[in-house]
Amino acid sequence: MLTVEGLRSRYGRIEVLHGIDLHVDSGEIVTVVGANGAGKTTLLRCLSGVQPVTGGSITFRGEALTPVPAYKRLRRGLAQSPEGRQIFTNLTVEENLRLGAFLFSDDRVEKDMEDAFQMFPILKEKRNLAAGGLSGGQQQMLAMARALMGRPSCLLLDEPSMGLAPIVVQQIFDVVKGLKALNVTVLLVEQNAFGALKIADRGYVMETGHITMSGTAAELIADPRIREAYLGI
Amino acid sequence: MSELLQFLFSGVTVGAVYALVALGFTIIYNASDVVNFAQGEFVMLGGMATVFAHAAGLPLPLAALVAIVGTAAVGVALNRLAIEPARGAPVVSLIIITIGASIFIRGAAQLVFDKQIHTFPAFSGDDPIRILGATILPQSLWVIAGAVLVFVALWLFFTRTLLGRAVLATSNNRLAAQLVGINTNFVMTLSFALSAGIGALAGVLVTPITLTSYDVGLTLALKGFAAAMLGGMGNPKGALAGGLLLGLLEAMTAGYLSSQYKDAAAFVVILAVLFLMPQGLFGRKSTDRV
Repeated sequence: MLTVEGLRSRYGRIEVLHGIDLHVDSGEIVTVVGANGAGKTTLLRCLSGVQPVTGGSITFRGEALTPVPAYKRLRRGLAQSPEGRQIFTNLTVEENLRLGAFLFSDDRVEKDMEDAFQMFPILKEKRNLAAGGLSGGQQQMLAMARALMGRPSCLLLDEPSMGLAPIVVQQIFDVVKGLKALNVTVLLVEQNAFGALKIADRGYVMETGHITMSGTAAELIADPRIREAYLGI
Repeated sequence: MSELLQFLFSGVTVGAVYALVALGFTIIYNASDVVNFAQGEFVMLGGMATVFAHAAGLPLPLAALVAIVGTAAVGVALNRLAIEPARGAPVVSLIIITIGASIFIRGAAQLVFDKQIHTFPAFSGDDPIRILGATILPQSLWVIAGAVLVFVALWLFFTRTLLGRAVLATSNNRLAAQLVGINTNFVMTLSFALSAGIGALAGVLVTPITLTSYDVGLTLALKGFAAAMLGGMGNPKGALAGGLLLGLLEAMTAGYLSSQYKDAAAFVVILAVLFLMPQGLFGRKSTDRV
């Protein structure tokens, strides 16, 4: 579904992605784990089109994605829940969700919103409050729900567990796992390698702008190098 | 009594003009957090372009339409040529760019048009309407109706339409707006076009009363800014209320104190608002939690 080949990107004169190769097949949950500063967020920013690509290619559902401007990528089926959540803080929870479905104005929008509220009941309680007043965990839920309102076939998730209490992290990972049943393919970028690998089918390890390892999630969890470097076991 | 009513009429008329300028501020501010100090020049362009198009032989309504559309195009050009290339610069820099643009537009108007004072005929004649001993010009009613109409349209746009909310979303978080599929460049273009068009409309409506020349924009921009601050920047309701309040305040100052101090009223208001309640009357407090 999503194929990345030799992807390079730079901030000014400093190259941060030195040729990334990865692929995500339809229906999979794939995770990219790695330490802070490895380039994971830059990778996702390239995929959603808000970061210039300086080399390599991105192919999504058989089409080259690189020439497509960021605002048109959701129309192709690619949604992102970005780093730092990036919700519309001045707007209400409900307005945030409605804007997630900006491309649509049919009856399904209402239904999708009900589904989102079912997925995260706390958002229903707070639907008329300004999103900026939500807690970190609730903002993360809102960011994911808003991305899903765009009816993506593939969802890019950037560090959904960042800064959240373990119980909230668990809740969010459970929802990610459940996306499979909704036919949403997931590319999950995480520092929390263990949590991510537990729900993923396959994984990639990223270090300073390179993919250094890849395999099925089970293989990676069992690998002694991973266990030492990322899982703290 | 009739004296008070007379001041009230003139206050509401002037206030409606300030409200229109403030409404123009509102749109660009909502889309980009930029206070566009060239807003007053849009009012000037609306009036001056109508004068010259009318003099060139176009019937008045058509001349007004040409002026409004032309000014909207100037607004779009301002965004494309001056604001967009500076994307990512701090908001203060962008505001300074708009001040530069207003000086440029004023200079260009001096060359393209002239330095004379102009007017064109009022839409519904010049016979004042008498109410309880006071009088109001029919053109004043046009100005007031224009302000109310634009207010209602904008209020509906921002609260009832998805595109209006997309404008708000763009100013709140441009990155996120792109990710949900909003073409943020188009939103900016639209905002500047709308804003400039509304400014030009104000110029068209008010010129038969106040006359126009290449340099009327600066004062209007400052007064409109005071009105927008008083009402709460970014809120159409605030722009309308702020404009009317400021107009009334000016008319009362001119009537009961001295017309010498008329302009001071607006600036006292700016200072008082900034010191005492920077949110304005209707401004919403921003709630951010990190």
